[in-house]
Amino acid sequence: MASADTNAMTSDLALVTAIRSGDQGAMAALYDRFSSIVYAVALRVLQDAGAAEDVLQDIFIQLWRNPGAFDSSRGNMAAWLAVIARNRAIDALRKRRPQDDIEDVIVSVETDLASETDRSRVMEKVRGALQAMPSPQRFALEMAYFEGLTHVEIAEKTGEPLGTVKTRIRTGLISLRKILAA
Amino acid sequence: MSIHEQFADDLALYALGSLTSEERVMLEKHLEECPSCRRELEALRGDLSLLSLTTVGPRPPARAKQRLMAAIAAEPRLPKPLAAAGRSHSWWGTLGWAAAAAMVLLCIGLVRQNSSLSRDLALLRAQFGGQARELEQVNNTIRALSDPEIQPVILRTPNSAPQPQGKAFYRRRSRSLIFLVSSLPQLPPEKVYELWLFPTNGGAPIAAGLFKPDARGNATVVNPPLPEGIEAKNFAVTLEPESGPHEAPRGTLVIAGGGE
Repeated sequence: MASADTNAMTSDLALVTAIRSGDQGAMAALYDRFSSIVYAVALRVLQDAGAAEDVLQDIFIQLWRNPGAFDSSRGNMAAWLAVIARNRAIDALRKRRPQDDIEDVIVSVETDLASETDRSRVMEKVRGALQAMPSPQRFALEMAYFEGLTHVEIAEKTGEPLGTVKTRIRTGLISLRKILAA
Repeated sequence: MSIHEQFADDLALYALGSLTSEERVMLEKHLEECPSCRRELEALRGDLSLLSLTTVGPRPPARAKQRLMAAIAAEPRLPKPLAAAGRSHSWWGTLGWAAAAAMVLLCIGLVRQNSSLSRDLALLRAQFGGQARELEQVNNTIRALSDPEIQPVILRTPNSAPQPQGKAFYRRRSRSLIFLVSSLPQLPPEKVYELWLFPTNGGAPIAAGLFKPDARGNATVVNPPLPEGIEAKNFAVTLEPESGPHEAPRGTLVIAGGGE
């Protein structure tokens, strides 16, 4: 890992440590660093600026109340927040109670995501991988992830067998991992 | 990674939150016992986070940050309860009576600790009650000041144009700041007013909140996030680009003033 990335990672953890002791400035810095990712994901899912702002608010307030929910063993902070943002946005979309506790979410990413540059590089690669994917697989993945459709709903919508949809989603995800590892 | 093939597809669906309750329960039972599948679930969540990173969009509006910072400033920081009990373990059978004896000792310790924590909790509740009452009083004041039915009257020399005027009430020890301003000019597009605190030690000015006035040019900033122990020499309001808060004042100075 490059030293800039190490610094960024250390800094995330340092901010979380400061937040644990009630440092509001650290909370503001963490918000500046990650609010764009959280908001962009929530907005993509919900397609509503007000609702996305509520998800953004909810996630950062939870982090303020319980900064211990994140530690380095939960993975990279950007990746962790991105997954939580998506899950909370889908919960909001489906008007249901949160399906998982943020403390239970552990995200493992082999790729460096600590700095803005890393994230941009990964974004380009993932976009390329999505474009290169067979359309039915990409649609299944996007419907499941960004629209929160279940495999049953996707199978009904596309008229494809349930087993095919399930496998497509998994292999689609794993192919992203492989492209980044290559 | 050797994962159990019969759960392979379901792990991805679990990470997506798509499984039915029954399927979830069954998979969670398996996950408790299977480290390989747990690792694969974490990796699948990592893959999902990569999908999140493909999203681009506008930055959140500046008011979202103000809203968050106001919310956390208003939220008392109660200490966390003792670490929650760990997940169930399977060592009961092997450790048997030794574990039971250890548990009895632990329970005695916990009872004592519990009694001490109860006293702490009662104290904190009392403090919290006092703070909640104080906050309610402040909120009532703010509500009264920002009520649209309030008729603000400013007395001036005849024929003088209304001038922007601000009042800052700052208490260093509690980092509380209430700032009231009136007669501000309406904002140009994509601009916002920003309040600054200038420390007496000559340090760099500290951003103390972005705000937009109402149609009459009035605005209020209440308890913006501020660092601890800063003595204020001056306060100032500048006109800045909407994307903030900023590291330093760069825009036009609108009003400024120091302690009397």
